[in-house]
Amino acid sequence: MGLIDFLKSIEPDKKKSPLLHTAYDAFFTFAYAPDTVTKGGTHIKDGMDLKRLMVTVVIAMQLCYLFGTYNIGHQHFVAAGEYLGFIEGFHLKLAHGLIKLIPIYVVSMAVGLGIEFYFAAKKGHAVEEGYLVTGALIPLIMPPDLPLWILTLSIVFAIIIGKEAFGGTGMNIWNIALLSRVFVFFAYPLTIAGDQCWISGYEKISGGTSVNYGWFHTGFFNTLFEWLGLSTFSTATTVVDGFSGATPLALAYEGGWEKVTSVFSEGQMIWGAIPGSIGETNKVFIVIGALILLLTRVASWRIMVGMLVGLIGTTWILNALGSTPFMTVTWTQHLMMGSFLFAMAFMATDPVTASSTDKGKWIYGILIGFIGIIIRVMNPAYPEGWMLAILLLNTFAPTIDYFVIESNIKKRFSRA
Amino acid sequence: MNKLKLTLSLALLTNILSAQSQSSGSNLLFYGIVAVCAVLVIWAMLGLAGNLLKIEASKYGIDPETSNMGVFPGLRDFIKPKRPSFAIGGSFHSLKKGFDISLEGKAEGDVTNAGVSRFAIRPEDFRGMSPIPKVEVELGAEIKAGDVLFYDKKRPEIQYVSPVSGEVVDIRRGEKRSIAEIVILADKEIKYRKVSIPDLHSCERGELVSFMTSNGLWPLINERPFDVVPLLETIPSNIFISTFDTAPLAPDSNVIIAGNEEAFQHGLTVLSKLTTGKVHLGLDARGKTIPSPAFTGASGVEKHWFSGPHPAGNVGVHIHHVSPIKGHNKVWTLGVQEVVTIGKMFITGEYHADRVVALTGAELVSPKYVKTFQGASLGDLLKDNVREENTRVVSGDVLTGKQESLEGFLGFRDDQVTVLKEGNYYEMFGWLLPLAPRPSVSGTIPSYGKDYKFEVDTNTHGEKRAFVVTGQYESVLPMDIYPQHVMKAIITNNIERMEGLGLSELTEEDVALCEFVCTSKNPVQSILRQGLESLKEQS
Repeated sequence: MGLIDFLKSIEPDKKKSPLLHTAYDAFFTFAYAPDTVTKGGTHIKDGMDLKRLMVTVVIAMQLCYLFGTYNIGHQHFVAAGEYLGFIEGFHLKLAHGLIKLIPIYVVSMAVGLGIEFYFAAKKGHAVEEGYLVTGALIPLIMPPDLPLWILTLSIVFAIIIGKEAFGGTGMNIWNIALLSRVFVFFAYPLTIAGDQCWISGYEKISGGTSVNYGWFHTGFFNTLFEWLGLSTFSTATTVVDGFSGATPLALAYEGGWEKVTSVFSEGQMIWGAIPGSIGETNKVFIVIGALILLLTRVASWRIMVGMLVGLIGTTWILNALGSTPFMTVTWTQHLMMGSFLFAMAFMATDPVTASSTDKGKWIYGILIGFIGIIIRVMNPAYPEGWMLAILLLNTFAPTIDYFVIESNIKKRFSRA
Repeated sequence: MNKLKLTLSLALLTNILSAQSQSSGSNLLFYGIVAVCAVLVIWAMLGLAGNLLKIEASKYGIDPETSNMGVFPGLRDFIKPKRPSFAIGGSFHSLKKGFDISLEGKAEGDVTNAGVSRFAIRPEDFRGMSPIPKVEVELGAEIKAGDVLFYDKKRPEIQYVSPVSGEVVDIRRGEKRSIAEIVILADKEIKYRKVSIPDLHSCERGELVSFMTSNGLWPLINERPFDVVPLLETIPSNIFISTFDTAPLAPDSNVIIAGNEEAFQHGLTVLSKLTTGKVHLGLDARGKTIPSPAFTGASGVEKHWFSGPHPAGNVGVHIHHVSPIKGHNKVWTLGVQEVVTIGKMFITGEYHADRVVALTGAELVSPKYVKTFQGASLGDLLKDNVREENTRVVSGDVLTGKQESLEGFLGFRDDQVTVLKEGNYYEMFGWLLPLAPRPSVSGTIPSYGKDYKFEVDTNTHGEKRAFVVTGQYESVLPMDIYPQHVMKAIITNNIERMEGLGLSELTEEDVALCEFVCTSKNPVQSILRQGLESLKEQS
C-alpha cells in the first residue's frame, strides 16, 4: 500500500515537535484505523470506538445544518418582505445562509480544535474526539448574526474553563456547547437576547433599516448570479414596516397560543420556517436526528423520555393553574415552539455531563423537563429555559448519581 | 409502625368528618368520604398484613427480594418470564443483560484422542503462590500421575501433583530464578499412584481436607473473592458449580460429562461435606441443548436454572443471584471437570486429570473436541491444524483466555483453546466504514442477524480514550452492580467504595464483556484485578 508508506514516512518526531506530532496523529488515525492489537485482557474488541460514536452524532444533526443554513436566508428575506414563499429566491437564501454559517462553522472548528491540539500535545496524549460533536453543535445554537470575535471568546472560555481546567474530555461537569452559549448570553446579553438577534443581515430590526451586505453578497454571489441570469442581492432592500422578528416564544409570553398562531402557522413552526437559533427551528429534522441517536443506541432513551415526561407533567400542572396566557399553552404546543426537542436530542444526552446511572438518568431527564418549562413560562426576561435547566442539572448530575449509588451500597451492606 | 399510625389517624379523621357532615347535611359528600376512608383503612390493613408476612417469611430464610411473600402482587408476578418445559425443579432466573458473541470455528464432532506427549504444570497459574515454590522432583526423574511436583513454602500442606506419568524433562525458570513450568514427557500408558481413600461416611472434615491437600485435589478449588487456592481452615458459605459455559465458542458441558456421570455425582457428594452451606449447581435453561441427566438428576445439591446471553453461564452471576457473597464470607467455585477429578479420586484412589478440550477458532483447519490431560502442550494439541502464520493462540476463550504460543501449555483450569488472526493491519477509514463484519453491541454497526458467525481478529478497532459513554458496562452485566463506578473507585483507590459497590462479587470473567464493549477501550479486567489485589491487602 503506497499511500500508507508515504504517510508513515512524513511522521514528525514526537519529542522534537510534539504539537506537530499530535496534529499528525489526529489526522493519521482519522484516515486509517490503527494497527494496534489487544494485549492482556480480552483478545477481541467491539468494532465501536469514540470516533465512530462522535461521527454518528454529527451525522444525526446534518439535516438541521441543511435546513438551518437555508432558514438564515429565508428569515432575512421575510424581514424585507421579499420572496415570502419558502422556496422563492432559493439561490439568494442559500447564498446568504452560507455567507453567515460558514464563518461561524470555520471559527468554531479552528478555535476549538486548535485548543484541543495544544492541550493534547502538552499532556502528551492523542486528541480526544469529543470536540467533533461540540464544535458541530455550537454553530447550531448560536444566532446567525453573532460577531465572530464573541464566538471565539465564548469557545475559548468554554473549552479552557469548562473542560481543560477539569482535566479534559470525560471530566467536564458542564456541557461545553451550552457553556459557550451561556457565556455569550451573560457576557454579551444584547447580542443574543430579545427579538433582534434572530434575523441576520440588518443593523437592527425596525422598519426602513437597510441591509448590511458585504463583498460576498455584492461582489462574489451577485457576479455569479448575474452570469447565471438569476436575480441578485439588492442593497436597496430594507426591513418592511411593522416587522418585529419576534419568536413564537416571545409571542406566547405576550398573549398565549392565540398570539402565536396569529403570526405563525403550526406547519411553519413544525417545519421550522421561523426565526430562532440556526439549527433548532425544524422540529421534523430534529426528531429524525433523535431517532438516529436512539436507534443506534448512541444517546440514552431514558433521558429523552424523562425530559418528555417532565415537560408533559409540568405543563399539565401549569394548565390547571392557568393564571397567565402562557400557562394555558398545552404540551403539544410547547413542543412546537422553541428549542425543547433540540435540547432533548443533542444537549441533555451528552453522556459525560448527564447522570451515569440508569435510575439517575430518569431523574435527570424529568428534572430538566420540569425546570426548563418553569423557566420558559414563568421567567419574563428570557423565554427559553433549556440551556439553563440543562446546565443546572449538569451541576446536580453527580449528586443524583451519588444517591443512586449510595442506595446500592446500602442495600449491599444491609445484606451482610 | 408507620402503617399502624396511619390506620389510627384515618379512623380519627373519619369520626371528625362524619360529625361535620351531619351538621351540614350533605349526605352524598359524607358517604363518599366514608367510602374513600374505608378503602384506605382496608388498604392500610392489607399493607400491614403484607409486611408481617414478609417478616415471617424472612424468618424462614426466604429472601423477600427474590420471591414476593406479601399480600399484594408485584409487577414481577404479572410479567413472569416463561420457564422452559425441561427446566424442572430448582429456581429459575431469566437474565436479559449481556451479549452473545457468535464466532466462526465451534468445536464439533466426537471426542478424539489428542496424542499429546508433553505436559506442564505452572506455579504462576495459582494466584498468590510465591514465585519460587519448593520443587519435589528432579530433572530426569520418573514419576507417576498423582506424584507431588512442588508446593508453596508458605503453605507446605497443599501439594501440587503431576497430571500424567513420565519423565521430568525440563524445569524452566523465569525471571529472578522463579519456577516458570515443570515439563513432563508422558508415558504412552499412564501409570497412577494409588492411595487409600478415607471412608466418606465416617471421616471428619479435617481428615478429608488433609487427604485432599496431600493428593493434589485442593488446588482444583477456586475461592472467591480474589480467586485463590483456599486456606485449609476456611469453611465456605456455599460451593457453586456452573454446568454450562456461555463464553464465545465454549465447549458443550454435555460432551465433557459423557462417561463421567458417576464420578461427577461422587465429587458433588465429597464437596457437600466441606461446606456448612449448600452445593449449588447452575443449569442451562437457554434451550439450545437440554442439560445431561448427570446435571439435572444430581442429588444432594441445590439446582438453579439460568437463561440469557453470556455471561449467564458465569458462576459469578449465579452466586450474585442465588446467594451473594456477604461480608468476609468465602465461596468456592469449581468447573465440571475439576469435580469429576475429585470424584474419580474418591472412587479409584488415583489422580485422573484427564480433560476434554475444545479446539476452536476460525483459524483452525478442523475445530474439534480432544481428550487429553491438564497442562497439555499447545503445539502438540494444534499440530497440523493451524491455517496461517499470523495467528494468536489463546488458552481459554477470546474474552478471558491467556495469550500463548505453540511452545506454551494449556492453563491449569482451561478446557478450551482458541486460535484467531492477529489484527495488526491498518484499515483506511476503518472507524467510519468498517469493511469486514465485526461483532458489536453498538447499533451503528450492522449485526448481520442472530445466526451469523463472525471471523474476528485481535485488532483493537480504535485507541484508548477517557471514559465517555455511560451505561454501556451495565448493559452487559446481569448483576445489581455499577461496574463503571467500581472502576472509578479502583482508579481513585477508594477501598471502602470498591467494597460497597460490590467489587468482591466480581472477577475478570464477569467484566470481560464490559472490556469488550468499552467504546473507550479501557483495560477493564486488569483494573478490576488491581482493585481486588488492594482489597485483598486490606482484609
